[in-house]
Amino acid sequence: MPEWIRLALVIAAKDVRAELRSKTALLSATVFASLVLVIFNFARDPTALSATDLAPSALWVTFAFAAMVAMNRSFTVEREHGALDGLLLAPVPSSALFAGKLLANLAFVAAVEAVALPLFVLFFNVDLSRALPGIIGTAALATIGFVAVGTIFGAMAVRTRFAELMLPVLLLPFMVPPLIGAVQVTSRLLAARPLSEMMGWLRLLAVYDVVFVTLAALAFAFVVEE
Amino acid sequence: MPSSDGGILAAVSLERSFGHVRVLRGIDLEVRRGDVLVVVGPNGAGKTTLLRVLAGLARPSAGEVRVLGRKLERTAPETRRPIGFVSHQSLLYDDLTLAENVALAARLYGMARPRAAAMHALQSVELAERAHQRPRELSRGLLQRAAVARALVHDPLLLLLDEPFTGLDVPAAERLRELLLERQRRGLGLLLVTHHLEEAWDLATRVAVLSGGRWLLEEGRVGPLVEFLPRYRALVNA
Amino acid sequence: MTILAGTAPIVTLDRARVVVRRGVIISGVALLGIAVVVVLALGFTPVEARQGLAQKIFYLHVPSAWCTLLAFSLVGIAGGLYLWLEDPRLDRFAAASAEVGVAFATVMLTTGPIWAKPIWGTWWTWDARLTLTLFLFFLFVGYLALRAAVHDRHERARFSAVVGIMGLLLVPFVHLSVYLFRTLHPQPIVLKPSEPSLPWEMLRTLLISTAMFTLLYIGYVTIRYGIALAADAREERDVG
Repeated sequence: MPEWIRLALVIAAKDVRAELRSKTALLSATVFASLVLVIFNFARDPTALSATDLAPSALWVTFAFAAMVAMNRSFTVEREHGALDGLLLAPVPSSALFAGKLLANLAFVAAVEAVALPLFVLFFNVDLSRALPGIIGTAALATIGFVAVGTIFGAMAVRTRFAELMLPVLLLPFMVPPLIGAVQVTSRLLAARPLSEMMGWLRLLAVYDVVFVTLAALAFAFVVEE
Repeated sequence: MPSSDGGILAAVSLERSFGHVRVLRGIDLEVRRGDVLVVVGPNGAGKTTLLRVLAGLARPSAGEVRVLGRKLERTAPETRRPIGFVSHQSLLYDDLTLAENVALAARLYGMARPRAAAMHALQSVELAERAHQRPRELSRGLLQRAAVARALVHDPLLLLLDEPFTGLDVPAAERLRELLLERQRRGLGLLLVTHHLEEAWDLATRVAVLSGGRWLLEEGRVGPLVEFLPRYRALVNA
Repeated sequence: MTILAGTAPIVTLDRARVVVRRGVIISGVALLGIAVVVVLALGFTPVEARQGLAQKIFYLHVPSAWCTLLAFSLVGIAGGLYLWLEDPRLDRFAAASAEVGVAFATVMLTTGPIWAKPIWGTWWTWDARLTLTLFLFFLFVGYLALRAAVHDRHERARFSAVVGIMGLLLVPFVHLSVYLFRTLHPQPIVLKPSEPSLPWEMLRTLLISTAMFTLLYIGYVTIRYGIALAADAREERDVG
């Protein structure tokens, strides 16, 4: 396989292994996700707002915030003993470094989403039997975009003093288009609407992914060099 | 392939500025096989910056670094391969064992059998029994040896060391010196920056003084440290 | 330590003062022009049939939104050029444009609802212009927060440039999202600053207003740039 893919996988594997050992990001993100879902559920008036109206927004807000918790960790761990220098010293092109970090972040966020989804079904009592493949597909499509932006912003935020605050401040505007798209598609999926009604949004998500993954990959070199 | 005169690393007219502050001014240096170049200077002289530029971690504002005759650039990652770097931080991941940490470095350098290379490197620094421990379980001296193992796993031609003796007690410093000397005999080049000249004096083949970003002196190490110190102080206080 | 002579002209306090003075003059002219526009809008432009007098805010809001977008676009473009050319002047300009842009956005986002509530009964409407300005506001805030948090000036310039470029490319997606949202969710009869079909007098007032606001943007950015020059000059002098 091409060298940069191998290097990206080495880096991603390292991140995943380290996270599985310490579990800090996964645990905090999962707890966070559960809390948000519970709050959403308790906060609504069931007679005024049906579960299916609120559900897509609740789900995606949960995914979004839990993803940020997970992504923050990814670069914090590089700061601890200057380990990022170790990656930069090696003959690793910055595209491989970005790809590795992106893959690891996607794995973390996917794990959190996988835990949050059943909780979502539980709390909101939604029937996912027909919508599930569509929801998983939409989740993948929307997640890639904002995780790519989160990966590069995480690399920047970690060099600042208030990294945990800086990442959300930078990232939130970039999360809005994919989130809106995801919510729109999810609510139509839950209402079993025809595919034609979702095409516009799905195209938005796809184009967003292509543009921002590419852009983040290209810009990453400028962020990690000194 | 090493150049014919055995030169591994060369710096030409190296400059590095942060905003208006010139941290490195017009540095020229060369390190050959078997050289141990010890660079001394007061704090704030630019020693760490110099090392980071030589290692390819930071870009010079002017001038260039050449490794085996090829210019060091971030866009050409392969040029960094012959270099190993021991920072004052360990560059290790807390959640991975020593063996995993060093094997990771081996993988990043594309070595054929990373785990074997990692064990070999750990053996050479006498840390093989602790291969399954995590960095947080180690003392500073042991962590330093682990960092050296990590830096050496890919068989670099040149090792850059940033204040390697800081925080080491006398036996640990002696162990480190022996290890470095042994490698040097086998052809490894060393460039070591320190402000504790006593620790590194016996190791050096050449000594250089960096002060205020300027390369003030470079000569072969002859004579005992006590003769050099007054000259060093005079240079630095000038 | 001696001062590094770079490729950019050496910064002096005198030059900075000249730049600031120029900016003040331009801004003064622009503000005068805007006052003229207000008079024009109230006295010499026909009243819109459906919304009446309330629609007149349009002549101030549209140019404000335009200036905010202009400011951000230039932040992004200057950022891209900086990554290519590494000229610190580009970074200084981008920072100035961001600060002026966030000011324009803030004014628009505060006057908008304040105007809308008594006139149309609602604080906020998700119309394209207001939504975009809100987004630009958040992007500016993130941009400026990042600049404040990074101390090394090369790193700050590079990071800002990356955020600027990415933000600029976000704008079409925001626009597209709003468009998709509105075509699928027809709004109730919304009472908000809309674009009426424009007879000549209205268009004239709008264009003059846009020109004056753009001039004001130029003036403010010039002032801010001059202040940044002064800060750099002082730093050079203190260090040197």
